[in-house]
Amino acid sequence: MAKTFEVRLSGSGGQGLILAGIILAKAAVLENRKVTQTQSYGPESRGGYSHADVIISDKEIYFPEATNINCLLALTQEACDKFLFDLCENGILIIDTTFVKNLAMVAENTYEIPFTEIAQEKLGSPISTNIMALAFLVKITGIVKESSLKKAIEETVKPAFVDLNLKAMQIGFELAKK
Amino acid sequence: MTEKEISKQTKHKTPSDKASLAAKPESKLEEIQAKHERKTILMQGNEAVAYGALDAGVNFFAGYPITPSTEIAEILAAELPKRNGVFVQMEDELASICTIIGASLAGAKALTATSGPGFSLMQEGIGFAKITETPCVVVDVQRVGPSTGMPTSPAQGDMMQSKWGSHGDSPAIVLYPDSVKESYELTIRAVNLSEKYRTCVILLLDEVIAHMREAVCLPDIANVKIINRIKPTVPPQWYKHYDENQKYLSPLASFGEGYRFHVTGLTHDSHGFPTNKPGEAAEMMERLRKKISYNIRDLVQIESYQMEDAKIAIFAAGISSRAAKAAIASARAEGIKVGLLRPLTIWPFPDDAVRKMLRNVDTVIVPELNQGQLIHEVERLTKGKSDGGLIPINKVSSELITPNEILNKIKEVC
Repeated sequence: MAKTFEVRLSGSGGQGLILAGIILAKAAVLENRKVTQTQSYGPESRGGYSHADVIISDKEIYFPEATNINCLLALTQEACDKFLFDLCENGILIIDTTFVKNLAMVAENTYEIPFTEIAQEKLGSPISTNIMALAFLVKITGIVKESSLKKAIEETVKPAFVDLNLKAMQIGFELAKK
Repeated sequence: MTEKEISKQTKHKTPSDKASLAAKPESKLEEIQAKHERKTILMQGNEAVAYGALDAGVNFFAGYPITPSTEIAEILAAELPKRNGVFVQMEDELASICTIIGASLAGAKALTATSGPGFSLMQEGIGFAKITETPCVVVDVQRVGPSTGMPTSPAQGDMMQSKWGSHGDSPAIVLYPDSVKESYELTIRAVNLSEKYRTCVILLLDEVIAHMREAVCLPDIANVKIINRIKPTVPPQWYKHYDENQKYLSPLASFGEGYRFHVTGLTHDSHGFPTNKPGEAAEMMERLRKKISYNIRDLVQIESYQMEDAKIAIFAAGISSRAAKAAIASARAEGIKVGLLRPLTIWPFPDDAVRKMLRNVDTVIVPELNQGQLIHEVERLTKGKSDGGLIPINKVSSELITPNEILNKIKEVC
Protein backbone atom coordinates (compact mmCIF):
# COMPACT_ATOMS: atom_id res chain seq x y z
CA MET A 1 0.00 0.00 0.00
CA ALA A 2 1.19 3.47 -0.81
CA LYS A 3 2.30 5.58 2.14
CA THR A 4 -0.45 8.09 1.45
CA PHE A 5 -3.90 6.89 0.45
CA GLU A 6 -6.51 9.28 -0.94
CA VAL A 7 -10.18 8.35 -0.86
CA ARG A 8 -13.04 10.32 -2.38
CA LEU A 9 -16.60 9.39 -1.42
CA SER A 10 -18.91 11.08 -3.90
CA GLY A 11 -22.59 11.29 -4.68
CA SER A 12 -25.40 13.64 -3.78
CA GLY A 13 -26.41 15.44 -0.58
CA GLY A 14 -28.34 13.24 1.85
CA GLN A 15 -26.56 9.99 0.95
CA GLY A 16 -24.43 10.24 4.08
CA LEU A 17 -21.09 10.61 2.36
CA ILE A 18 -19.67 13.16 4.79
CA LEU A 19 -20.69 10.94 7.72
CA ALA A 20 -18.99 8.00 5.99
CA GLY A 21 -15.89 10.17 5.55
CA ILE A 22 -15.88 11.09 9.24
CA ILE A 23 -16.22 7.42 10.22
CA LEU A 24 -13.35 6.38 7.94
CA ALA A 25 -11.19 9.19 9.33
CA LYS A 26 -12.02 8.17 12.91
CA ALA A 27 -11.06 4.59 12.12
CA ALA A 28 -7.69 5.86 10.89
CA VAL A 29 -7.22 7.92 14.07
CA LEU A 30 -7.87 4.76 16.11
CA GLU A 31 -4.88 3.24 14.31
CA ASN A 32 -2.71 6.28 15.05
CA ARG A 33 -2.45 7.25 11.39
CA LYS A 34 -2.27 10.82 10.15
CA VAL A 35 -5.54 11.83 8.56
CA THR A 36 -7.42 14.76 7.06
CA GLN A 37 -11.08 14.77 6.13
CA THR A 38 -12.57 17.55 4.01
CA GLN A 39 -15.82 17.95 2.13
CA SER A 40 -17.48 19.90 -0.58
CA TYR A 41 -21.21 20.42 -0.78
CA GLY A 42 -23.83 22.91 -1.81
CA PRO A 43 -26.17 24.82 0.47
CA GLU A 44 -28.90 22.14 0.11
CA SER A 45 -29.37 19.55 2.85
CA ARG A 46 -30.61 17.00 0.31
CA GLY A 47 -29.90 16.68 -3.38
CA GLY A 48 -27.23 18.68 -5.07
CA TYR A 49 -23.76 17.39 -5.25
CA SER A 50 -21.59 16.30 -2.33
CA HIS A 51 -18.29 14.62 -1.69
CA ALA A 52 -16.00 13.84 1.20
CA ASP A 53 -12.26 13.34 0.93
CA VAL A 54 -10.23 11.29 3.37
CA ILE A 55 -6.46 11.24 3.16
CA ILE A 56 -4.68 8.70 5.34
CA SER A 57 -0.91 8.72 5.65
CA ASP A 58 2.06 7.86 7.84
CA LYS A 59 3.61 11.28 7.27
CA GLU A 60 2.29 14.81 7.64
CA ILE A 61 -0.48 15.65 5.17
CA TYR A 62 -0.04 19.11 3.68
CA PHE A 63 -2.83 19.52 1.16
CA PRO A 64 -6.08 18.11 2.53
CA GLU A 65 -8.02 17.58 -0.70
CA ALA A 66 -7.66 14.46 -2.86
CA THR A 67 -5.80 15.38 -6.04
CA ASN A 68 -4.60 11.91 -7.04
CA ILE A 69 -7.40 9.61 -5.96
CA ASN A 70 -6.44 6.06 -4.94
CA CYS A 71 -10.02 4.99 -4.39
CA LEU A 72 -13.17 6.61 -5.72
CA LEU A 73 -16.62 5.67 -4.51
CA ALA A 74 -19.35 7.07 -6.76
CA LEU A 75 -22.97 6.73 -5.74
CA THR A 76 -24.38 8.85 -8.58
CA GLN A 77 -23.76 9.15 -12.30
CA GLU A 78 -22.90 12.85 -11.96
CA ALA A 79 -20.24 12.17 -9.33
CA CYS A 80 -18.79 9.32 -11.35
CA ASP A 81 -18.51 11.46 -14.49
CA LYS A 82 -16.99 14.34 -12.55
CA PHE A 83 -14.20 12.49 -10.76
CA LEU A 84 -13.46 9.38 -12.84
CA PHE A 85 -10.51 11.04 -14.54
CA ASP A 86 -8.94 12.10 -11.24
CA LEU A 87 -8.41 8.46 -10.36
CA CYS A 88 -4.70 7.63 -10.16
CA GLU A 89 -3.05 4.87 -12.13
CA ASN A 90 -4.27 1.49 -10.83
CA GLY A 91 -6.80 3.37 -8.72
CA ILE A 92 -9.84 1.55 -7.43
CA LEU A 93 -13.29 2.56 -8.64
CA ILE A 94 -16.40 1.49 -6.73
CA ILE A 95 -19.75 2.42 -8.23
CA ASP A 96 -23.34 1.99 -7.14
CA THR A 97 -24.98 0.52 -10.25
CA THR A 98 -28.39 1.53 -8.91
CA PHE A 99 -27.59 5.03 -10.15
CA VAL A 100 -24.39 4.78 -12.19
CA LYS A 101 -25.29 3.33 -15.56
CA ASN A 102 -22.48 4.50 -17.82
CA LEU A 103 -18.73 4.50 -17.39
CA ALA A 104 -16.84 7.02 -19.50
CA MET A 105 -13.64 5.07 -19.05
CA VAL A 106 -12.86 1.53 -18.00
CA ALA A 107 -10.74 1.62 -14.86
CA GLU A 108 -8.63 -1.46 -14.22
CA ASN A 109 -10.00 -2.13 -10.76
CA THR A 110 -13.69 -1.46 -11.03
CA TYR A 111 -16.28 -2.87 -8.67
CA GLU A 112 -19.89 -2.56 -9.75
CA ILE A 113 -22.37 -3.18 -6.94
CA PRO A 114 -26.02 -2.05 -6.65
CA PHE A 115 -25.55 -0.83 -3.05
CA THR A 116 -28.79 1.15 -2.81
CA GLU A 117 -30.88 -1.74 -4.15
CA ILE A 118 -29.25 -4.18 -1.75
CA ALA A 119 -29.81 -1.84 1.20
CA GLN A 120 -33.47 -1.43 0.25
CA GLU A 121 -33.90 -5.17 -0.15
CA LYS A 122 -32.01 -6.45 2.89
CA LEU A 123 -32.47 -3.60 5.37
CA GLY A 124 -35.76 -2.20 4.16
CA SER A 125 -34.37 1.28 3.49
CA PRO A 126 -31.57 2.90 1.48
CA ILE A 127 -30.53 4.85 4.57
CA SER A 128 -27.43 2.80 5.39
CA THR A 129 -26.13 2.55 1.84
CA ASN A 130 -23.24 4.80 2.87
CA ILE A 131 -22.00 2.42 5.57
CA MET A 132 -22.45 -0.64 3.37
CA ALA A 133 -20.42 0.97 0.58
CA LEU A 134 -17.80 2.19 3.06
CA ALA A 135 -17.42 -1.30 4.55
CA PHE A 136 -17.03 -2.68 1.04
CA LEU A 137 -14.36 -0.07 0.33
CA VAL A 138 -12.50 -0.85 3.56
CA LYS A 139 -12.51 -4.60 2.86
CA ILE A 140 -11.29 -4.14 -0.75
CA THR A 141 -8.57 -1.60 0.01
CA GLY A 142 -7.52 -2.75 3.48
CA ILE A 143 -6.90 0.92 4.30
CA VAL A 144 -8.07 0.44 7.89
CA LYS A 145 -8.85 -2.69 9.91
CA GLU A 146 -12.39 -4.00 9.94
CA SER A 147 -12.39 -3.79 13.73
CA SER A 148 -11.40 -0.10 13.61
CA LEU A 149 -14.26 0.61 11.24
CA LYS A 150 -16.68 -1.16 13.55
CA LYS A 151 -15.47 0.83 16.53
CA ALA A 152 -15.64 4.11 14.59
CA ILE A 153 -19.24 3.36 13.58
CA GLU A 154 -20.20 2.59 17.16
CA GLU A 155 -18.60 5.82 18.36
CA THR A 156 -20.15 8.02 15.69
CA VAL A 157 -23.72 7.08 14.86
CA LYS A 158 -26.60 7.66 17.26
CA PRO A 159 -27.13 4.70 19.64
CA ALA A 160 -30.52 3.86 18.11
CA PHE A 161 -28.92 3.33 14.70
CA VAL A 162 -25.81 1.37 15.69
CA ASP A 163 -27.35 -2.06 15.07
CA LEU A 164 -28.71 -1.11 11.67
CA ASN A 165 -25.37 0.32 10.61
CA LEU A 166 -23.41 -2.66 11.88
CA LYS A 167 -25.72 -4.91 9.85
CA ALA A 168 -25.06 -2.74 6.81
CA MET A 169 -21.33 -2.95 7.52
CA GLN A 170 -21.49 -6.75 7.66
CA ILE A 171 -23.32 -6.89 4.35
CA GLY A 172 -20.65 -4.62 2.87
CA PHE A 173 -17.87 -6.90 4.07
CA GLU A 174 -19.62 -9.96 2.66
CA LEU A 175 -20.18 -8.33 -0.71
CA ALA A 176 -16.46 -7.70 -0.88
CA LYS A 177 -15.62 -11.33 -0.22
CA LYS A 178 -17.33 -12.41 -3.43
CA MET B 1 -23.56 52.24 26.93
CA THR B 2 -24.47 52.86 30.52
CA GLU B 3 -24.01 50.54 33.44
CA LYS B 4 -27.74 50.15 33.71
CA GLU B 5 -28.09 48.97 30.14
CA ILE B 6 -25.37 46.41 30.58
CA SER B 7 -26.79 44.96 33.72
CA LYS B 8 -30.16 44.78 31.98
CA GLN B 9 -28.63 42.90 29.07
CA THR B 10 -27.00 40.29 31.21
CA LYS B 11 -29.46 40.01 34.07
CA HIS B 12 -32.06 37.77 32.51
CA LYS B 13 -29.39 35.42 31.24
CA THR B 14 -27.51 35.11 34.52
CA PRO B 15 -30.07 35.24 37.24
CA SER B 16 -27.47 34.50 39.92
CA ASP B 17 -25.47 37.73 39.83
CA LYS B 18 -23.23 39.80 37.66
CA ALA B 19 -20.11 38.58 39.37
CA SER B 20 -20.58 35.18 37.76
CA LEU B 21 -19.70 36.84 34.47
CA ALA B 22 -16.17 37.59 35.55
CA ALA B 23 -13.61 35.08 34.28
CA LYS B 24 -12.74 32.51 36.92
CA PRO B 25 -10.06 30.37 35.35
CA GLU B 26 -9.22 28.29 38.44
CA SER B 27 -12.61 26.73 38.96
CA LYS B 28 -13.08 26.27 35.24
CA LEU B 29 -9.90 24.27 34.75
CA GLU B 30 -11.06 21.28 36.76
CA GLU B 31 -14.40 21.25 35.06
CA ILE B 32 -12.91 21.19 31.61
CA GLN B 33 -10.35 18.60 32.58
CA ALA B 34 -13.09 16.34 33.79
CA LYS B 35 -15.25 16.91 30.73
CA HIS B 36 -12.62 16.79 28.11
CA GLU B 37 -10.29 13.83 28.03
CA ARG B 38 -7.07 14.86 26.40
CA LYS B 39 -6.37 12.11 23.91
CA THR B 40 -5.90 12.14 20.16
CA ILE B 41 -9.28 12.59 18.55
CA LEU B 42 -10.70 13.56 15.20
CA MET B 43 -11.61 17.21 15.47
CA GLN B 44 -13.00 19.86 13.16
CA GLY B 45 -11.51 23.35 12.80
CA ASN B 46 -14.64 25.02 14.16
CA GLU B 47 -14.69 22.59 17.09
CA ALA B 48 -11.08 23.50 17.82
CA VAL B 49 -12.04 27.18 17.88
CA ALA B 50 -14.89 26.49 20.31
CA TYR B 51 -12.71 24.44 22.66
CA GLY B 52 -9.88 26.95 22.32
CA ALA B 53 -12.31 29.67 23.40
CA LEU B 54 -13.42 27.63 26.42
CA ASP B 55 -9.84 26.81 27.40
CA ALA B 56 -8.89 30.48 27.08
CA GLY B 57 -11.59 31.34 29.59
CA VAL B 58 -14.27 32.68 27.28
CA ASN B 59 -17.47 32.73 29.30
CA PHE B 60 -19.71 34.81 27.05
CA PHE B 61 -20.81 34.29 23.46
CA ALA B 62 -23.34 36.36 21.58
CA GLY B 63 -23.81 35.64 17.91
CA TYR B 64 -25.94 34.99 14.90
CA PRO B 65 -25.00 31.59 13.47
CA ILE B 66 -23.90 31.60 9.83
CA THR B 67 -22.30 29.03 7.52
CA PRO B 68 -19.43 28.17 7.58
CA SER B 69 -18.95 29.21 11.23
CA THR B 70 -22.12 27.65 12.67
CA GLU B 71 -20.48 24.80 14.61
CA ILE B 72 -18.69 27.32 16.84
CA ALA B 73 -22.03 28.71 18.04
CA GLU B 74 -23.53 25.23 18.18
CA ILE B 75 -20.82 23.88 20.49
CA LEU B 76 -20.67 26.97 22.70
CA ALA B 77 -24.46 26.92 23.04
CA ALA B 78 -24.12 23.44 24.53
CA GLU B 79 -20.93 23.97 26.54
CA LEU B 80 -21.09 27.50 27.97
CA PRO B 81 -24.17 27.00 30.18
CA LYS B 82 -22.53 23.90 31.72
CA ARG B 83 -19.61 26.08 32.80
CA ASN B 84 -21.65 28.98 34.18
CA GLY B 85 -21.08 30.88 30.97
CA VAL B 86 -23.62 32.71 28.86
CA PHE B 87 -24.70 31.96 25.30
CA VAL B 88 -27.06 34.39 23.60
CA GLN B 89 -28.41 33.96 20.11
CA MET B 90 -28.85 37.50 18.86
CA GLU B 91 -31.22 38.96 16.30
CA ASP B 92 -28.36 39.97 14.01
CA GLU B 93 -24.65 40.69 13.84
CA LEU B 94 -24.94 44.37 14.82
CA ALA B 95 -26.40 43.25 18.14
CA SER B 96 -23.87 40.40 18.44
CA ILE B 97 -20.80 42.63 18.40
CA CYS B 98 -22.39 45.26 20.68
CA THR B 99 -23.40 42.59 23.18
CA ILE B 100 -19.94 41.04 23.46
CA ILE B 101 -18.52 44.53 24.01
CA GLY B 102 -21.04 45.11 26.80
CA ALA B 103 -20.30 41.74 28.36
CA SER B 104 -16.58 42.44 28.24
CA LEU B 105 -17.05 45.76 30.03
CA ALA B 106 -18.89 43.82 32.73
CA GLY B 107 -15.82 41.59 33.11
CA ALA B 108 -16.54 38.66 30.80
CA LYS B 109 -14.19 37.18 28.25
CA ALA B 110 -16.39 37.52 25.21
CA LEU B 111 -16.28 36.15 21.69
CA THR B 112 -18.47 35.99 18.61
CA ALA B 113 -18.18 34.02 15.38
CA THR B 114 -19.42 34.89 11.93
CA SER B 115 -18.68 34.80 8.22
CA GLY B 116 -18.27 37.47 5.52
CA PRO B 117 -21.82 38.89 5.44
CA GLY B 118 -21.95 39.10 9.24
CA PHE B 119 -18.39 40.36 9.44
CA SER B 120 -19.37 43.30 7.23
CA LEU B 121 -22.24 44.15 9.58
CA MET B 122 -19.94 43.98 12.60
CA GLN B 123 -17.44 46.53 11.31
CA GLU B 124 -18.94 49.52 13.11
CA GLY B 125 -18.94 47.64 16.41
CA ILE B 126 -15.36 46.50 15.86
CA GLY B 127 -14.37 50.16 15.55
CA PHE B 128 -16.25 50.87 18.78
CA ALA B 129 -14.36 48.09 20.57
CA LYS B 130 -11.09 49.54 19.29
CA ILE B 131 -11.73 53.16 20.28
CA THR B 132 -13.14 52.15 23.68
CA GLU B 133 -10.26 49.68 24.11
CA THR B 134 -12.59 46.87 25.09
CA PRO B 135 -11.21 43.30 24.82
CA CYS B 136 -13.20 40.96 22.57
CA VAL B 137 -12.63 38.41 19.83
CA VAL B 138 -14.37 38.12 16.46
CA VAL B 139 -13.92 34.89 14.51
CA ASP B 140 -14.51 35.34 10.78
CA VAL B 141 -14.72 32.06 8.87
CA GLN B 142 -14.31 33.39 5.35
CA ARG B 143 -16.53 32.28 2.50
CA VAL B 144 -16.80 33.35 -1.12
CA GLY B 145 -18.08 36.90 -1.46
CA PRO B 146 -18.94 39.65 -2.10
CA SER B 147 -22.31 39.73 -0.35
CA THR B 148 -23.91 36.35 0.35
CA GLY B 149 -21.56 34.76 -2.18
CA MET B 150 -21.12 31.01 -1.79
CA PRO B 151 -21.84 29.96 1.80
CA THR B 152 -20.07 26.60 1.71
CA SER B 153 -17.03 27.48 -0.38
CA PRO B 154 -13.60 28.77 0.60
CA ALA B 155 -12.10 32.19 -0.14
CA GLN B 156 -9.46 34.43 1.41
CA GLY B 157 -11.22 37.64 0.50
CA ASP B 158 -11.40 39.33 3.92
CA MET B 159 -7.69 39.92 4.50
CA MET B 160 -7.93 43.66 3.86
CA GLN B 161 -11.39 44.01 5.40
CA SER B 162 -10.07 42.57 8.64
CA LYS B 163 -7.69 45.53 8.81
CA TRP B 164 -9.56 48.35 7.12
CA GLY B 165 -13.21 47.26 7.44
CA SER B 166 -14.07 49.79 10.13
CA HIS B 167 -13.84 53.47 9.26
CA GLY B 168 -11.17 55.70 10.73
CA ASP B 169 -7.53 54.95 11.25
CA SER B 170 -7.18 51.96 13.50
CA PRO B 171 -4.52 49.31 13.77
CA ALA B 172 -5.65 45.70 13.85
CA ILE B 173 -4.55 42.39 15.30
CA VAL B 174 -5.54 39.55 12.98
CA LEU B 175 -4.46 35.91 13.36
CA TYR B 176 -4.61 33.25 10.65
CA PRO B 177 -4.27 29.49 11.36
CA ASP B 178 -3.49 26.76 8.83
CA SER B 179 -4.66 23.63 10.65
CA VAL B 180 -7.16 22.34 13.17
CA LYS B 181 -4.55 22.27 15.94
CA GLU B 182 -3.45 25.79 15.15
CA SER B 183 -7.09 26.97 15.11
CA TYR B 184 -7.23 25.90 18.76
CA GLU B 185 -3.90 27.57 19.59
CA LEU B 186 -4.62 30.84 17.82
CA THR B 187 -8.08 31.11 19.36
CA ILE B 188 -6.44 31.03 22.78
CA ARG B 189 -3.86 33.51 21.55
CA ALA B 190 -6.57 35.80 20.17
CA VAL B 191 -8.36 35.85 23.53
CA ASN B 192 -5.07 36.43 25.36
CA LEU B 193 -4.02 39.28 23.06
CA SER B 194 -7.44 40.92 23.29
CA GLU B 195 -7.14 40.94 27.09
CA LYS B 196 -3.55 42.14 27.09
CA TYR B 197 -3.95 44.87 24.46
CA ARG B 198 -7.55 45.82 25.31
CA THR B 199 -8.77 45.60 21.75
CA CYS B 200 -10.88 43.57 19.35
CA VAL B 201 -8.74 40.74 17.97
CA ILE B 202 -9.84 39.01 14.79
CA LEU B 203 -9.28 35.34 13.99
CA LEU B 204 -9.54 34.69 10.26
CA LEU B 205 -10.27 31.15 9.18
CA ASP B 206 -10.57 29.51 5.80
CA GLU B 207 -13.85 27.64 5.24
CA VAL B 208 -11.91 24.53 4.39
CA ILE B 209 -9.95 24.63 7.67
CA ALA B 210 -13.08 25.38 9.69
CA HIS B 211 -14.81 22.33 8.21
CA MET B 212 -11.77 20.08 7.93
CA ARG B 213 -11.21 17.29 10.42
CA GLU B 214 -7.75 16.23 11.55
CA ALA B 215 -6.30 14.05 14.27
CA VAL B 216 -5.57 16.40 17.16
CA CYS B 217 -4.35 15.98 20.70
CA LEU B 218 -5.11 19.13 22.64
CA PRO B 219 -2.57 20.15 25.27
CA ASP B 220 -3.17 19.52 28.92
CA ILE B 221 -5.25 22.42 30.20
CA ALA B 222 -2.65 23.05 32.90
CA ASN B 223 -0.15 23.93 30.14
CA VAL B 224 -2.42 26.47 28.48
CA LYS B 225 -1.13 29.97 29.11
CA ILE B 226 -3.92 32.36 30.00
CA ILE B 227 -3.57 36.13 30.02
CA ASN B 228 -6.12 38.18 31.93
CA ARG B 229 -6.66 41.93 31.58
CA ILE B 230 -4.66 44.16 33.91
CA LYS B 231 -6.87 45.29 36.78
CA PRO B 232 -6.54 48.73 38.34
CA THR B 233 -4.58 48.90 41.59
CA VAL B 234 -5.74 52.42 42.50
CA PRO B 235 -8.86 53.20 44.53
CA PRO B 236 -11.98 53.99 42.44
CA GLN B 237 -11.69 57.76 42.85
CA TRP B 238 -8.24 57.74 41.21
CA TYR B 239 -9.16 55.39 38.38
CA LYS B 240 -8.67 56.58 34.83
CA HIS B 241 -10.24 54.32 32.19
CA TYR B 242 -7.32 54.95 29.81
CA ASP B 243 -4.17 55.15 31.89
CA GLU B 244 -1.38 53.73 29.80
CA ASN B 245 1.86 52.24 31.15
CA GLN B 246 5.23 52.19 29.38
CA LYS B 247 3.98 49.68 26.85
CA TYR B 248 0.84 51.70 26.14
CA LEU B 249 -1.35 49.16 27.92
CA SER B 250 -3.94 50.35 30.43
CA PRO B 251 -5.63 48.65 33.39
CA LEU B 252 -9.32 47.90 32.93
CA ALA B 253 -11.98 47.95 35.62
CA SER B 254 -15.27 46.15 35.13
CA PHE B 255 -18.67 47.64 35.71
CA GLY B 256 -19.98 46.53 39.05
CA GLU B 257 -16.64 46.63 40.84
CA GLY B 258 -17.14 50.12 42.22
CA TYR B 259 -15.15 51.89 39.53
CA ARG B 260 -17.06 54.53 37.60
CA PHE B 261 -16.09 55.31 34.05
CA HIS B 262 -17.56 56.67 30.86
CA VAL B 263 -17.55 54.68 27.63
CA THR B 264 -18.14 56.44 24.34
CA GLY B 265 -17.35 56.00 20.67
CA LEU B 266 -16.50 59.69 20.54
CA THR B 267 -12.86 60.64 20.76
CA HIS B 268 -12.22 60.86 24.49
CA ASP B 269 -9.78 61.93 27.19
CA SER B 270 -8.12 59.58 29.66
CA HIS B 271 -11.28 59.47 31.82
CA GLY B 272 -13.36 58.44 28.82
CA PHE B 273 -15.24 61.73 28.38
CA PRO B 274 -15.64 63.21 24.88
CA THR B 275 -13.07 65.78 23.90
CA ASN B 276 -12.48 68.15 21.01
CA LYS B 277 -9.03 69.18 22.19
CA PRO B 278 -6.48 68.37 19.48
CA GLY B 279 -3.87 67.40 22.04
CA GLU B 280 -6.10 64.87 23.74
CA ALA B 281 -7.38 63.52 20.42
CA ALA B 282 -3.80 63.03 19.22
CA GLU B 283 -2.87 61.33 22.47
CA MET B 284 -5.70 58.84 22.16
CA MET B 285 -4.92 58.03 18.53
CA GLU B 286 -1.23 57.69 19.30
CA ARG B 287 -1.99 55.22 22.08
CA LEU B 288 -4.13 53.09 19.76
CA ARG B 289 -1.28 53.05 17.24
CA LYS B 290 1.62 52.64 19.61
CA LYS B 291 0.18 49.81 21.67
CA ILE B 292 0.37 47.76 18.46
CA SER B 293 3.51 49.13 16.83
CA TYR B 294 5.61 49.20 20.03
CA ASN B 295 4.72 45.60 20.79
CA ILE B 296 5.18 44.19 17.31
CA ARG B 297 7.55 41.44 18.43
CA ASP B 298 4.96 40.15 20.84
CA LEU B 299 2.24 40.27 18.20
CA VAL B 300 3.86 38.96 15.03
CA GLN B 301 4.25 35.22 14.55
CA ILE B 302 5.60 33.67 11.36
CA GLU B 303 6.61 30.23 10.20
CA SER B 304 9.74 30.01 8.09
CA TYR B 305 9.72 26.69 6.23
CA GLN B 306 12.74 25.43 4.27
CA MET B 307 13.88 29.01 3.69
CA GLU B 308 17.56 28.54 4.65
CA ASP B 309 18.84 27.96 1.12
CA ALA B 310 15.75 29.04 -0.83
CA LYS B 311 16.08 31.04 -4.03
CA ILE B 312 12.34 31.11 -4.53
CA ALA B 313 9.97 31.90 -1.67
CA ILE B 314 6.25 31.38 -1.40
CA PHE B 315 4.38 33.80 0.84
CA ALA B 316 1.03 32.36 1.82
CA ALA B 317 -1.39 32.09 4.73
CA GLY B 318 -3.95 29.49 5.78
CA ILE B 319 -4.97 26.79 3.35
CA SER B 320 -2.88 28.29 0.50
CA SER B 321 0.25 27.69 2.58
CA ARG B 322 -0.62 24.01 2.83
CA ALA B 323 -0.85 23.73 -0.96
CA ALA B 324 2.51 25.53 -1.01
CA LYS B 325 4.11 23.00 1.36
CA ALA B 326 2.95 20.13 -0.84
CA ALA B 327 4.37 21.94 -3.89
CA ILE B 328 7.65 22.56 -2.05
CA ALA B 329 7.99 18.83 -1.29
CA SER B 330 7.64 18.02 -5.01
CA ALA B 331 9.95 20.85 -6.12
CA ARG B 332 12.63 19.95 -3.56
CA ALA B 333 12.51 16.34 -4.82
CA GLU B 334 13.56 17.77 -8.19
CA GLY B 335 16.33 19.83 -6.61
CA ILE B 336 14.60 23.22 -6.77
CA LYS B 337 15.45 25.42 -3.80
CA VAL B 338 12.14 26.81 -2.67
CA GLY B 339 10.73 27.68 0.75
CA LEU B 340 7.70 29.16 2.45
CA LEU B 341 7.16 32.17 4.66
CA ARG B 342 3.81 31.88 6.40
CA PRO B 343 2.31 34.65 8.55
CA LEU B 344 0.30 33.40 11.55
CA THR B 345 -0.32 37.07 12.29
CA ILE B 346 -1.34 38.89 9.11
CA TRP B 347 -1.95 42.21 10.91
CA PRO B 348 0.25 43.83 12.01
CA PHE B 349 2.00 42.74 8.83
CA PRO B 350 5.33 40.97 9.44
CA ASP B 351 7.41 43.65 7.69
CA ASP B 352 10.77 42.57 9.10
CA ALA B 353 10.41 38.92 8.17
CA VAL B 354 9.24 39.83 4.67
CA ARG B 355 12.15 42.27 4.19
CA LYS B 356 14.57 39.53 5.20
CA MET B 357 12.92 37.13 2.78
CA LEU B 358 13.16 39.69 -0.04
CA ARG B 359 16.87 40.13 0.64
CA ASN B 360 17.57 36.42 0.29
CA VAL B 361 15.47 35.23 -2.63
CA ASP B 362 15.13 36.14 -6.30
CA THR B 363 11.45 35.43 -6.66
CA VAL B 364 8.42 35.53 -4.39
CA ILE B 365 5.21 33.70 -5.32
CA VAL B 366 2.06 34.81 -3.51
CA PRO B 367 -0.88 32.38 -3.82
CA GLU B 368 -4.15 33.75 -2.42
CA LEU B 369 -7.82 32.80 -2.77
CA ASN B 370 -8.67 36.37 -3.78
CA GLN B 371 -7.82 38.79 -6.56
CA GLY B 372 -4.59 39.92 -4.91
CA GLN B 373 -4.52 41.36 -1.38
CA LEU B 374 -1.49 40.39 0.71
CA ILE B 375 0.71 40.62 -2.39
CA HIS B 376 0.38 44.41 -2.24
CA GLU B 377 1.85 44.39 1.26
CA VAL B 378 4.81 42.38 0.00
CA GLU B 379 5.12 44.76 -2.94
CA ARG B 380 5.21 47.74 -0.55
CA LEU B 381 8.38 46.29 0.95
CA THR B 382 10.14 45.64 -2.37
CA LYS B 383 10.69 49.39 -2.67
CA GLY B 384 14.05 50.13 -4.24
CA LYS B 385 14.49 46.58 -5.49
CA SER B 386 14.21 45.68 -9.14
CA ASP B 387 10.91 43.90 -9.51
CA GLY B 388 9.65 41.25 -11.87
CA GLY B 389 10.24 38.86 -9.05
CA LEU B 390 6.82 39.07 -7.46
CA ILE B 391 4.33 36.60 -8.89
CA PRO B 392 0.68 36.24 -7.89
CA ILE B 393 -1.46 33.12 -8.07
CA ASN B 394 -5.09 34.03 -7.58
CA LYS B 395 -8.30 32.04 -7.59
CA VAL B 396 -11.83 33.15 -6.76
CA SER B 397 -13.76 30.27 -8.30
CA SER B 398 -14.60 28.59 -4.96
CA GLU B 399 -11.92 25.96 -5.60
CA LEU B 400 -8.61 25.77 -3.78
CA ILE B 401 -5.26 26.61 -5.31
CA THR B 402 -3.74 23.16 -5.80
CA PRO B 403 -0.15 22.08 -5.14
CA ASN B 404 0.27 21.44 -8.88
CA GLU B 405 -0.67 25.00 -9.80
CA ILE B 406 2.00 26.31 -7.43
CA LEU B 407 4.52 23.72 -8.62
CA ASN B 408 3.97 24.75 -12.25
CA LYS B 409 4.59 28.38 -11.32
CA ILE B 410 7.77 27.42 -9.46
CA LYS B 411 9.01 25.59 -12.55
CA GLU B 412 8.18 28.56 -14.78
CA VAL B 413 10.42 30.88 -12.78
CA CYS B 414 13.34 28.65 -11.87
